[in-house]
Amino acid sequence: MSTSDAPATNAGHNATRLMELFRTMVRIRTFEETALEAHKNGEIPGPLHVSIGQEAVAAGICANLRQDDRLTSNHRGHGHVLAKGAEPARMALELFGREGGYCRGKGGSMHIADFSVGMLGANGVVSGGIPIAVGAAQGLKLLRSDAIAVCFFGDGAANRGPFLEGLNWAALYKLPVLFICEDNGVAAFTATKTVTAGPGVAARAEALGVPATTVDGNDVIAVDETARRLVSEVRAGAPRLLHAKTYRWTGHTSTDPAVWRDQAEVAAWKARCPIANLEATLREQGIEPETISTIRTEATEEMQSARQTANAASWPSGSVAYEDVQDIGAVKPVAATGAQA
Amino acid sequence: MTKVTLNEAGRLAVLQEMRRDPTTWVLGEDVARGGLWGQYRDFLEEFGPERIVSTPISESTIMGAGLGAALVGTRPIIEMRIFDFVMCAMDELVNQIAKIRYMFGGQATPAVVIRMPHGMWRNSAAQHSQMLEAWFAHLPGVTIATPATAEDQAGLLVTAIRSDDPVLFFDPKDLWGVEGTIADEIQPIPFGKANYLQKGSDITMVTWSAMVPHAREAATKLTGDGIKVDLLDLRTIWPWDEDAVVQSVQKTGRLLVVHEAVEVGGFGGEVVARIIERLGPQSLKSARRLGAPRIPIPFSPPLENQIRVTPDKIIARVKEMMA
Repeated sequence: MSTSDAPATNAGHNATRLMELFRTMVRIRTFEETALEAHKNGEIPGPLHVSIGQEAVAAGICANLRQDDRLTSNHRGHGHVLAKGAEPARMALELFGREGGYCRGKGGSMHIADFSVGMLGANGVVSGGIPIAVGAAQGLKLLRSDAIAVCFFGDGAANRGPFLEGLNWAALYKLPVLFICEDNGVAAFTATKTVTAGPGVAARAEALGVPATTVDGNDVIAVDETARRLVSEVRAGAPRLLHAKTYRWTGHTSTDPAVWRDQAEVAAWKARCPIANLEATLREQGIEPETISTIRTEATEEMQSARQTANAASWPSGSVAYEDVQDIGAVKPVAATGAQA
Repeated sequence: MTKVTLNEAGRLAVLQEMRRDPTTWVLGEDVARGGLWGQYRDFLEEFGPERIVSTPISESTIMGAGLGAALVGTRPIIEMRIFDFVMCAMDELVNQIAKIRYMFGGQATPAVVIRMPHGMWRNSAAQHSQMLEAWFAHLPGVTIATPATAEDQAGLLVTAIRSDDPVLFFDPKDLWGVEGTIADEIQPIPFGKANYLQKGSDITMVTWSAMVPHAREAATKLTGDGIKVDLLDLRTIWPWDEDAVVQSVQKTGRLLVVHEAVEVGGFGGEVVARIIERLGPQSLKSARRLGAPRIPIPFSPPLENQIRVTPDKIIARVKEMMA
């Protein structure tokens, strides 16, 4: 196991790449902040699980993927979906439950998928995406594709059976899967270390024959460089696990004010904000403040526009509820009603 | 035309479809050595270890990996070895496979066949004998095949493999040895079409899977006693042939549904309820179910026989209804 062996330097990173990583992180942050605001304002039904503070992991990994590489994600997946190339407007339509959303208003925040960019779906069940990613890799191998499967999950998932089964399986069949444990230290409302025995997720992966690397998940440059190496190793035909240590600034869901969190701990991690960190690096490299603020402004405009689009969009018609169930034995719509708010 | 057992009929159907479509493959425990039941005998030699994949005893991943492989365009046959082990893969089946097409707004059609040999078989006790097909009839997003003959095993498997829907295929393991005749080129049999086994005007009897031979035997004996049974094998319980049962009950006015599964909450209740809803209670002289008592399946032969639905129990129930 290589622990924290990812270089913290920015060797190999030109300004263009750093700016792209910055842009992706800012877009994720802005999307989720906009969504939280809209949720608070009653525009979005249902719970939201946001990943504010964790953006470097999604951005650094997905910057190294091809569009035909497949991705599975978890309940906290907005960042993964966005970084894989999904459109924020269609994501917003889905979050708002409107016509034109990625899932036609039948999935919502926890179930966004965009198969056109290889995003095989977020997932409402902890560790649910692991066997799916493993199988996607097995199918891709059978089809003689050189695309890989990437699977994001949290630290809580390592205590579920599919984690152990899936890693064993991937190692056994030498499948091209990159497992990403996005370790924000808390499983729903419980500190993961208080419910987890042994030395942790990387050691578990190694024990199952999956080489593991640990990286500072708040350092997007380190994530990017490590991911570049791991993606290349995975594409050569073997699974790898990346343990990315990061932190969730917010509560479990949008309705959790997170007063239960250790406020000193939250403050310490906010001081290590992945976006602010990279911004400092960009300034050191001589990037103009105006260039940086333009990225922020563009992201704000993009997400506000997505919010407006979603608010202006129609609700799905009642008959949509009956569609996309199954071909054989599908039930007929009964008393399909019009738009309901 | 070839005379074969139900087990062999299924083997030939999968063989035919795997030859037809190189993206069809099988994963499950011990399948490369032919499967627990010999239902994949000699596949390894023809298809190699990438298309007949013996897996670890990891049901969650057998099920979930099958789904993932379907999402990239292959057509997996997920072998559960014995039905009861699907309980180890319920998240992957119920929360993932059955939901993914809907939840993602139709972006994906998880074309998987999940084979689950079910039912009582040679005193296998409580964890290797269950019939819980009714659970899955309650689950939107899947179709459910419950064949009882070699012909239907073959034809329904072909339909299942070609279907873009997730199909739960309940192999009747107590009927592996029953014989039938299949064509050299096995044709698909549509889901939702009952098979008429016997025409009669006194009572409609509806059944499926392992109860079919028992119901047939009972119906024959009842004919000898002057009771004419209209006997239907549903063959698939989702969709099921509501119209055929309605037409039969309109003729007979009596409905008995027979299944091996526990009577309480079994699919027989759904059949009876739908027929009453469609025809109105006044149009039925009698509507009953016959299934197992609500107890786990015991091991010892005399205990197992206590709960087993037999031709004698079916005859007794019919005579009560005719009285």
